[in-house]
Amino acid sequence: MVDDALLTVRDVHYAVGARPIFAGLSLSAQRGKTTAIMGPSGTGKTTLLRLLTGQIHPESGEISVFGADPTKLQRKPLYQLRQRMGMLFQNGALLTDLNVFENVAFPLREHSKLSEGEITERVLGKLQAVGLREAALLMPAELSGGMARRVALARAIATEPELLIYDEPFVGLDPISMGVILRLIKEINSRGGVTSLIVSHDVEELAKIADYTYLLSGGKVVAEGTPAQMSRSTDATVRQFIDGLADGPVPFHYTETGK
Amino acid sequence: MIAALQKIGAISVFFGRILAGIVPALARPRLIVHQVYNAGARSLIIIMLSGLFVGMVLGLQGFDLLQRIGSEEVLGIGIALALLKELGPVMTALLFAGRAGTALASEIGLMRATDQLTAMEMMAVDPVHRIVVPRFLGGVIAVPLLVAIFNVIGLYGAQLIAVQQMGIDAGSFWGQTQSAVELDDVTEGVIKSFVFGVACSLIAVYEGFHSAPTAAGVGLATTRTVVTSSVLILLLNYLLTAFYL
Repeated sequence: MVDDALLTVRDVHYAVGARPIFAGLSLSAQRGKTTAIMGPSGTGKTTLLRLLTGQIHPESGEISVFGADPTKLQRKPLYQLRQRMGMLFQNGALLTDLNVFENVAFPLREHSKLSEGEITERVLGKLQAVGLREAALLMPAELSGGMARRVALARAIATEPELLIYDEPFVGLDPISMGVILRLIKEINSRGGVTSLIVSHDVEELAKIADYTYLLSGGKVVAEGTPAQMSRSTDATVRQFIDGLADGPVPFHYTETGK
Repeated sequence: MIAALQKIGAISVFFGRILAGIVPALARPRLIVHQVYNAGARSLIIIMLSGLFVGMVLGLQGFDLLQRIGSEEVLGIGIALALLKELGPVMTALLFAGRAGTALASEIGLMRATDQLTAMEMMAVDPVHRIVVPRFLGGVIAVPLLVAIFNVIGLYGAQLIAVQQMGIDAGSFWGQTQSAVELDDVTEGVIKSFVFGVACSLIAVYEGFHSAPTAAGVGLATTRTVVTSSVLILLLNYLLTAFYL
């Protein structure tokens, strides 16, 4: 594989108190591809996203996004970096005091030089893409979980970012909403030019959209490869995760030190 | 003790961030006006009702006291000064902390708990500028206005008792008040209400912004807002009074 990484993580260590979350984590996401990061709950998938976006700082190791280290940037260049990213939050994280239209328009109003007419056109276009054009005037409290996730997706792509980050996009959705989100992510990826990073533990769904997957456990990557390679793997941890077995290398008991 | 100092330090740093965000926030007056409405207009009824009853009690107690020494005609002065200098600012600020301060803290705390603040950060928008500063300014503007309303209603309530019920001459009630109350008395009340407005609003937005992102965390932030604001208001009131007298 030609190395054209938009995002790399090299030997990152991070701990909360005495419990190490990452112990020598390394991975990368290739430009224009969809990279999936899988792992059991509690392996720090969301923590990884926070590291990548410069919200928290690692104890050691290197992170590079668009060629810059988000953990070493001042607020202003960090914000400029974030403007090139879009992020879909687990629960949508829509701003509850704004309606659907204003939520999607929010990043545009804050950062773009678009005129009001262009913003309206862009927002309605994105809402159309997620099938919620008619819902533009609803408040977030009036939306179902699946609808809220779709609005959040429309907001994440409103600025047409180069890097899209999805935090558990499939969690807690009914099968139909799940199918809709899956199709939307596929459509966004197939347009080309967008690099996607999906953090999730839904093995089947990821296999349908990912170009490359990493399996995290115990604070580092335990297996990596294309979805096809992963499903053929004979590694015990990979099998335990993909087949959903209670017993295996991933411990059943929580321990304070993670050992 | 060290924890308390740390907290004071943290609040001061946060206050600095708010102050730095005031000028950029002025570019969006609509957000601020909306918060003045949210914090101020929605507290109107509780402020007006309380003002009326406080004024009426002052009328009753004051009349009873002054009647014993035969100087009922100075009742208006006593009530006006009590309201302008002490009860107006203090009562209003305490009610504001309970009504609007808790609402602010829980609103911002819920935004924290539902990742809205993080989402803003991710969209490269500083939540202190977009969320905290307008709410802070809304409170700072609303409190002095509410104090003025409290005072007017309070005086009216006192007048209801003194003039309408107890039969003090309306002319002497208002005339004495007018001649005895100085501009300095009014200024003292205005400065107090401004200081209390800053204190209440700062505590509320600080507690909300730093609440733990859980249901319990938001509840705790709300409780802390009332407790800290109330103590702080009374403490500041003592300090300001001591300074003025």
